[in-house]
Amino acid sequence: MSITVEIIICAFLLMGGLFVLLGSFGLLRLPDFYTRLHAPTKATTLGLAGLLIGSMIYFFVAEQRLVVHELLITLFLLITAPVSAHMMAKSALHHRVKMVKHTQGQQLANTARKRQPPPSDGA
Amino acid sequence: MLSTTIIIVSTLICISLIMNLLRLLRGPDLPDRILALDTLYINSIGLILLFGLYKGSALYFESALLIAMLGFVSTAAICKYLLRGDIIE
Repeated sequence: MSITVEIIICAFLLMGGLFVLLGSFGLLRLPDFYTRLHAPTKATTLGLAGLLIGSMIYFFVAEQRLVVHELLITLFLLITAPVSAHMMAKSALHHRVKMVKHTQGQQLANTARKRQPPPSDGA
Repeated sequence: MLSTTIIIVSTLICISLIMNLLRLLRGPDLPDRILALDTLYINSIGLILLFGLYKGSALYFESALLIAMLGFVSTAAICKYLLRGDIIE
């Protein structure tokens, strides 16, 4: 394996590891649940995509064949992360989890809890 | 160089696993704990991928794919249980 390919793989792996670390740090340190929801569902998905691309390049170069499993895992995570985030936000709304004081549009939480459309301004 | 990088990245992922565990133990509400479990399984997929890279075998992707699927199903089931008080109505 040439040194250039190795450097590219290492860069992808390091980027992925740093983003995964960032997501977990956000999960630990952000103030309330709704802000905490952002860190793992965005940063961790990006980090895992970095790891998967790195390993895809490695197996493509080392074994001279196209490995599609990584793409499958990446696609699956990209599809399922927003869905599970939405479900967790719904259950948090349902359980009346506290928000930070500066959250905008807090009155909308009630209508979302009762599964109604937001009130329209006109008419 | 590659094996050194793999060890460094595994260390980073292990640190993030410990952070998730702290949130899982501390989490003031139930959705926090669900979120911590969700992040735990996603990070463990990364760790398994790195182990497969270290061994140089493509066998471990099957387990990563399995964990991804079952983890999503379990997260959806727990959220559904919290929302409705029942999993299959």
